[in-house]
Amino acid sequence: MKTPAPNALIGGALIGGLAIVAGIGAVWTPFDPLQLSFRAKLAAPSAAHWLGTDEFGRDVLSRLMAGAATSVWISLLTVLLAVTLGTIIGIFSGYVRGWFDRIVMAFNDALLAFPGILLALGLLAVVGANKYGIIVALGIAYTPSVARIVRGTVLSLREKEFISASRVMGNSEAFTMARHILPNCIAPLTVLATSLFGWVLLAESALSFLGLGVPPPAPTWGNMLAGSRPYIGQAVWLGIFPGLCISLTLLGINLLGDAVRDRLDPRMRGMR
Amino acid sequence: MLRFALTRVAMALPTLLIVAVSVFVLIRLIPGDPAQLMLGDLATPASLADLRAKLGLDQSLPTQFLIWIGKVLQGDFGQSINSQQAVLPLILSRFWVSAQIVLTAVLLASLVAVPAGVIAAWRQDSTLDLGLVATATLLLSIPTFWLGLLLLLFFGLKLEWLPVVGYVSIGDDPWAGVLYLVMPILTLFLHEIGVILRMARASTLEVMRLDYITHARAKGLSEMAVLWRHAFKNAFGPTWTLIGLVLGNLLGGIAVVETVFTIPGLGRLLVDAIFARDYPVIQGCMLFVAFTYVLVNLVIDLCYPIFDPRVTAE
Repeated sequence: MKTPAPNALIGGALIGGLAIVAGIGAVWTPFDPLQLSFRAKLAAPSAAHWLGTDEFGRDVLSRLMAGAATSVWISLLTVLLAVTLGTIIGIFSGYVRGWFDRIVMAFNDALLAFPGILLALGLLAVVGANKYGIIVALGIAYTPSVARIVRGTVLSLREKEFISASRVMGNSEAFTMARHILPNCIAPLTVLATSLFGWVLLAESALSFLGLGVPPPAPTWGNMLAGSRPYIGQAVWLGIFPGLCISLTLLGINLLGDAVRDRLDPRMRGMR
Repeated sequence: MLRFALTRVAMALPTLLIVAVSVFVLIRLIPGDPAQLMLGDLATPASLADLRAKLGLDQSLPTQFLIWIGKVLQGDFGQSINSQQAVLPLILSRFWVSAQIVLTAVLLASLVAVPAGVIAAWRQDSTLDLGLVATATLLLSIPTFWLGLLLLLFFGLKLEWLPVVGYVSIGDDPWAGVLYLVMPILTLFLHEIGVILRMARASTLEVMRLDYITHARAKGLSEMAVLWRHAFKNAFGPTWTLIGLVLGNLLGGIAVVETVFTIPGLGRLLVDAIFARDYPVIQGCMLFVAFTYVLVNLVIDLCYPIFDPRVTAE
């Protein structure tokens, strides 16, 4: 067993840390993240409030923990939605081929011609800017990239002998797709889902920052940052901690992604 | 070469058409009646029917699309519900603001990040390489809206070197105009350095392993000549494509930076239109940005043979 690469270690530690904080934040926070306290507003970090309080006297640490739970939950559901839709479209398109494939992929590529966040903005206008809206909008916006990758995998898979064997054995097309094609798409899908998680978390924070995500008072890292803007001169901590959380999470995902890529790309093996 | 260019242009046309259809369908999916939205509380059944007929909303969807795309091709993107201004001039004036930030930032970032990436690949696994890659990964992981806030805090509020928020047109007051643009440009510049450096390094590494590089070295060429004439020229393709994608993505995602620095750019126009449900503006912005994205990538593709003449032969 080789020792893991430093980027895998640091990335794993950061993402592990996020998972723990989000897990705890979902069930317990030191203070009620929504509890207003005008006597303690804009208080600097102290023994009672480790990361200070915001303009309404709410505990920043509690809000960051609750925000972590919300962001992780939203990102996971979004990735699940995009991966499910994209996999279904990709498998059908790649397996059925012909006209169906051509039409679906023409639309798919046209949707890829939109910058991801722009498509999400347009979809948000349709589904409404809230927690569920953001999941649907981002989920659909990232579906085309999943469909593209899955289709590519399926195209090469369907020419393999074990697929012809499954057909010769008299298995139905649906059975072949579910039993033989799908499991072989899992490896590329796992790699893709990891980077998708990062993109979605960033997009969710950006949309919340713009006021188009989870509406206040519910905390997310993005809307906490947006809320900090008017007070950043007097309460630096309000602007520092949520941004630090987003950056560390993205750093973790980028490092993990690099580690996985180094491992899977045989040409990179042994080079580090 | 001409055939290559014509094929690429022809390939972009169906994409543009489907993009237009997607935007049209998307806007029609927004719940609520646009005519009701435009007239507000003053609406009467007669005035509603009147406006619907004027907007063509009483026609079938395919007819509506043809009318709309016909007008778009003539440069008529409709009128903003909120400000009553024509949408296209509004978009163009805001686009200019965003474009100067995005273009300057990406140009400067490329000038720094491409050579840095090539050098990192050249000195692979050295401390220098490790330092450059670590810095790039770090820069890439900081979201622009936070980086912007940090710069604002440091250069604007702490050092008071730069104006904190707002925008002055360079045409009105060149010096003040530049000062207001420094922080937004610096924000995108730092972020894109991370993205471009990693790509330049990765694609140079791919090339450095090939036999002809060993051959070039064996011929006794200087390292500079190997790097510049042999490695860089062949490695630049993927980075060049990435720069096109970055340009387009930035135009789509610049709203956050414009929000941090209160800059009246295209991103902010779109976000405000979504808040106000000003659907002609949403439609216009989406179409404009998506078209620009396709066109930027087309131009990038058309320039590709300059670095890599092999593509025209395909």
